[in-house]
Amino acid sequence: MSSSMTLNTSVPAAHSHSAGRHYRRFGPVEIVMHVFVMITFIGLALTGVPLLFADHTWAVVLVKLLGGFEGAALIHRICAAVMTVVFVSHVIRVFVRAFMAEDWLSYFWGPNSMVPNLKDGQDIVGMFKWFFGKGPRPQFDRYTYWEKFDYWAVFWGMFIIGGSGFMLWFPTFFSQFLPGWVFNIATIVHGEEALLAVGFIFTIHFFNGHLRPEKFPMDMVFITGVVSEHEMKDERPVEYARMVEQGRLQQLEAPAPRREGLLFGRILGTAGVVLGLITIGLILYGVIF
Amino acid sequence: MRGPNMLNIRLSRLMPGLVALAALSVSLSLDAQPAPATAAPPPDPNESCMMCHADPAAKSESGKSIAVDAKAFAGSVHGQMQFKCTDCHSDVSAEKLPHEPKLKPANCSGCHEAAVKEFESTAHAKARKGGNLVAATCADCHGNHDILKSSDPASRTHVAKIETTCGSCHGNEAIIQKAHLPGGNIVAQYHDSIHGAKTNGKAADAGKAPTCTGCHGAHKIRGKADAESRVNRENVALMCGSCHQQVYSRFSGSQHGTVRQAGNSAAPTCIDCHSAHRIQDSGSSGFQVSVINECGTCHADLIETYRDTYHGQVTQLGYTRVATCSSCHGAHEVLPASNPKSMISPENRVTTCRNCHPGANANFAAFKPHGNAHDREGDPILYYTRLFMVWLLIGVFSFFGLHTVLWMLRELKEVRARRHGR
Repeated sequence: MSSSMTLNTSVPAAHSHSAGRHYRRFGPVEIVMHVFVMITFIGLALTGVPLLFADHTWAVVLVKLLGGFEGAALIHRICAAVMTVVFVSHVIRVFVRAFMAEDWLSYFWGPNSMVPNLKDGQDIVGMFKWFFGKGPRPQFDRYTYWEKFDYWAVFWGMFIIGGSGFMLWFPTFFSQFLPGWVFNIATIVHGEEALLAVGFIFTIHFFNGHLRPEKFPMDMVFITGVVSEHEMKDERPVEYARMVEQGRLQQLEAPAPRREGLLFGRILGTAGVVLGLITIGLILYGVIF
Repeated sequence: MRGPNMLNIRLSRLMPGLVALAALSVSLSLDAQPAPATAAPPPDPNESCMMCHADPAAKSESGKSIAVDAKAFAGSVHGQMQFKCTDCHSDVSAEKLPHEPKLKPANCSGCHEAAVKEFESTAHAKARKGGNLVAATCADCHGNHDILKSSDPASRTHVAKIETTCGSCHGNEAIIQKAHLPGGNIVAQYHDSIHGAKTNGKAADAGKAPTCTGCHGAHKIRGKADAESRVNRENVALMCGSCHQQVYSRFSGSQHGTVRQAGNSAAPTCIDCHSAHRIQDSGSSGFQVSVINECGTCHADLIETYRDTYHGQVTQLGYTRVATCSSCHGAHEVLPASNPKSMISPENRVTTCRNCHPGANANFAAFKPHGNAHDREGDPILYYTRLFMVWLLIGVFSFFGLHTVLWMLRELKEVRARRHGR
């Protein structure tokens, strides 16, 4: 506790979220991709989860609200298609950028990479120590281990849920080269993995990224793409120090987020959080009763 | 047009009105004597009775109305036949008036011997013998002084009026409660059924759908436990089959029909899936969705595994665009997969899948529509896939659940400390 106090008190009090210097964390492409993934994910969750709890009245009502089974199925497939396009374009973008990078090895293994490294392991241990007051809060770089987990969870989910989903969407096509039991597997995996994804995003990711006391009600970086100097120093001191050291901090400097942008983000974010938490509430009700 | 043919009327006197009556297709067995042809008919013998009973306010000693509506009687089938009151009230003599205050019920069996005899073994008669005087006797269905022929649209026993007539007891909640009528408000159930809707509808086939008596019989109404009853479990398929002949022949050849014929009366018959009084249009989505549960009452393990599939989930939500039981197994013609004629036999399976999935092939048809992820021996791949997924969920949520809770507690502490610190 004392160490984090030191860290906090080292931050000049004048810095607040709206005033002072700001640095770019996410570019427009990343923001747009996240918004698309967010909207389609919620769409998929709302139209998919009722199937897993089809014996509950709320599922019947929800599907009715979404335009009946046909309407819900159409929304589900549209969202799936859009999410797949976003995902594929992200993967292409990653490889194009890796190819363009001076050193592609460091693109994948460097501090800007999502690939887990030894420090992530140390940070997990460090975080738990900090939880129990047995050590300082770990000093994070650009991406924390839980952010990397979120990222790879989406990756894994895209393959597992997306893959099984396409099999179930086009069973006659896939049965040309896949045996019949694969569709049984696909059904199980699609539902269970979807529960994992929905449960994870609407609780753990919401908490880690948005709802925890320091960020409450939400971290506006998801829509503005910029963080205040205070936030950057506080939350990603290693990255901050590296930027200072490499003299690249100036390049990252960005104007403070505009009021309209913040308002849009708050509306979108609140809608997402509310829909997500409703879904979680319904799932919990479905699991318990 | 059952009613008139069942009348077996023995007349003690041949009345002039009978000539007109003969024109109506009423089968009459006449063992009557020809009336002497007299120029001036004697005074109406009913007039003596009507001296007292014509007064609409006339009451017996016990306060019960004894009024007889002469006009209604004149219009009734018996009135038109110039019946005398004493033909039915045979314990009264017009020569010895006033008669005894307490009379026997009107005597129908004097003429309608066969019908009354049939009635004696019905559920109604048995209930009456058992002391339940709420149970219907002749007059409760046919009326008394105003009895009309069943072919007359105004008759209580006309096909269009049967529902109302039976409903005066079996659709009357107070009587149902009081007399513990079996099945509850079966007339209301019938009214909303496809048979009821057709009977009460305006379509050309309005009169063709069965009403109460169509299935139960008129003077043959027996409890379903009675082996002679048309609605007894053993007889009901034949009874339904009297209209639904093709369905009956398909059902007889099906596994259900075969097992029944082999003596297993637990095997389903018509009413197990369709119900007795709530029969719905088999094409309606409401029926398509709900009949799945009927299959599931016996095939409990199969409905459970069905509900784990997309087919089962969508139908449970109330939509029938996906496969229900009968989409793959057939309805009345259901046969086990081992029978080559079965829709799910290895020979026919792909064809069956193609009914909905036109591009289906052998691989596609190898999908297990009742795969059981809880059956380690039967479906090991599904079993271990599910097990893996379950532990993945438990693992991820346990780790991050703990991570989140601890983080939350820590951060709340931090925020509080910071507030106090500043």
